[in-house]
Amino acid sequence: MDWYPLYNSLRIAAISCVLVFFTGIFFAYYASRLPRLVKGILDVVLTLPMVLPPTVCGYFLLLVFGMRRPVGAFLAQHGIRFVMTWYGGILAASVVAFPLMYRTARGAFESFDETLAYAGQTLGLSNTYIFWRIRMPACRQGILAGTVLAFARALGEYGATSMLIGYTPGRTATISTTVYQLWRINDEAGAMFWVLVNLAISTVVLLTVNMLETRQKHMR
Amino acid sequence: MNLRADFHKKLGDFNLDVRLEAGEEITSILGASGCGKSMTLKCIAGIEKPDRGYIELNGRVLFDSERKIDLPPQKRGVGYLFQNYALFPDMTVRKNILCGAKGSGSRMEKEEKLRRMLHLFRLEGLEDHKPSQLSGGQQQRTALARIMISEPELLLLDEPFSALDAHLRDALKIEVKELLRGYGKTVLMVTHSRDEAYNMSDRVGVMHDGTLLAVRPVKELFADPGTVQAAVITGCKNIANAKWAGPHEALVPEWGITLQTAQELRRDLTAVGIRAHYFRPGGTQNAFPVVFAGEMEEPFEMIQQFRYVGQAEGSANIWWRLAKEKRPQQFPATIGIAPVNVLPLYEAQPADAVFPHGTESEEGR
Repeated sequence: MDWYPLYNSLRIAAISCVLVFFTGIFFAYYASRLPRLVKGILDVVLTLPMVLPPTVCGYFLLLVFGMRRPVGAFLAQHGIRFVMTWYGGILAASVVAFPLMYRTARGAFESFDETLAYAGQTLGLSNTYIFWRIRMPACRQGILAGTVLAFARALGEYGATSMLIGYTPGRTATISTTVYQLWRINDEAGAMFWVLVNLAISTVVLLTVNMLETRQKHMR
Repeated sequence: MNLRADFHKKLGDFNLDVRLEAGEEITSILGASGCGKSMTLKCIAGIEKPDRGYIELNGRVLFDSERKIDLPPQKRGVGYLFQNYALFPDMTVRKNILCGAKGSGSRMEKEEKLRRMLHLFRLEGLEDHKPSQLSGGQQQRTALARIMISEPELLLLDEPFSALDAHLRDALKIEVKELLRGYGKTVLMVTHSRDEAYNMSDRVGVMHDGTLLAVRPVKELFADPGTVQAAVITGCKNIANAKWAGPHEALVPEWGITLQTAQELRRDLTAVGIRAHYFRPGGTQNAFPVVFAGEMEEPFEMIQQFRYVGQAEGSANIWWRLAKEKRPQQFPATIGIAPVNVLPLYEAQPADAVFPHGTESEEGR
């Protein structure tokens, strides 16, 4: 039994999730304090990957990071190539999952009671402390929801991933690309197996979130 | 004076103009909602930035637009009690209060300070409660304890009692006033309630449409508001335009009468005010024939409305407020008012400059 697709999918999803967690929060925080017009424009740009077909995202990624494109060629000279490598999957999954984190976190930040931050400032608390100890805990519901959505999206990413890193068994194969490949070569049992694996992971993730949420309610 | 502020801020077509000095006492800014009171406090605390001006606290410059000084809120030493108390919802009472003691001494010292605050603000036994588990009064005391432990040089109170139920409010007013007296530092409070301003403060400044009028001793302001804006906000019910008709005579065309005043009038008189409590049925001074216009009962008082015979069409009824048992069997034919209770009102003038132009230097501060 080759477990590589599971291992690869999990590490791509986990690393993308961490990346998207920080970048999403960063952009959400700054976007929520921008003037309305700038925010509107930034919002469209940052949300586009969510509404574009993933294959179109993959196409754009190839336009930038393709081996014959300036950026891709430059990176290749330094030993980094996103095309047909497992870590290219991180790039693809992150781009597609980013808007989910960004939008949910932004919603949470916008409903934050700003007087809490002001109170912290007048009490002499540093802005870093206020952000991590006051703003983030108050917004944790939205941020947690965003993180889970981003993880789930990254785990299930197919379109952009297959465009950018293709399917190479044991090197770039993920669960979703494996399902497609096995089905294509009429290995229905194999495809079904990976479908069940995917279902199991998603169920566990959702159950965990529900449990965390109910526990928080009890703690309040 | 401990606090000196003179600044200006433009917000859309709203102009905030504040000139203010406050010593070791409780000073209030009294004004309707949306008049710029909270913005004033935010500018002093450093949460909002004035367009230009100068703010000084105990000789330290907090803000100076000319010298490009703008201390962050963390460095101003200003405590701010927010209207909703702004307790951190995820922290216990204990952690909330300790937030005010960050970076001040050892762990032992902080614990000692915390213990004193819990005692002073009667929060013992509530240390491990979350803010959502506290009553409104307990929340307010926690917020005050959190501010006091940080030992601010100036305390700003933003509508401190408006979030409380009416029956709690009066008890807490007395309690908070005692605590603030013991604190002995400069306190600046904003409120829309004339009762709160009267109960709590030594001096009051009326704010109208973003402009702070002169800050005056509280009793003086209520006895002689001096401007229409101050008369309205201190609760004067009967105000009408008036003209100078003599050193002690005010012509009130709207009411069709000429009133004698005790105060000597200036020629730029614009209006007169009469508080609803001061009318006397059948008096001899300033007595004019009246007709009954309506009445309304309150828990302990009666409001009787009347009109002067010859009062202009479309003008508001006159309010007369009296104790229930004093309500006349038959409505009087004439009602008088003592000349001392006729309040002359003039055009509003912004407060005098705190820093005379061109002499904004180090000397004299």
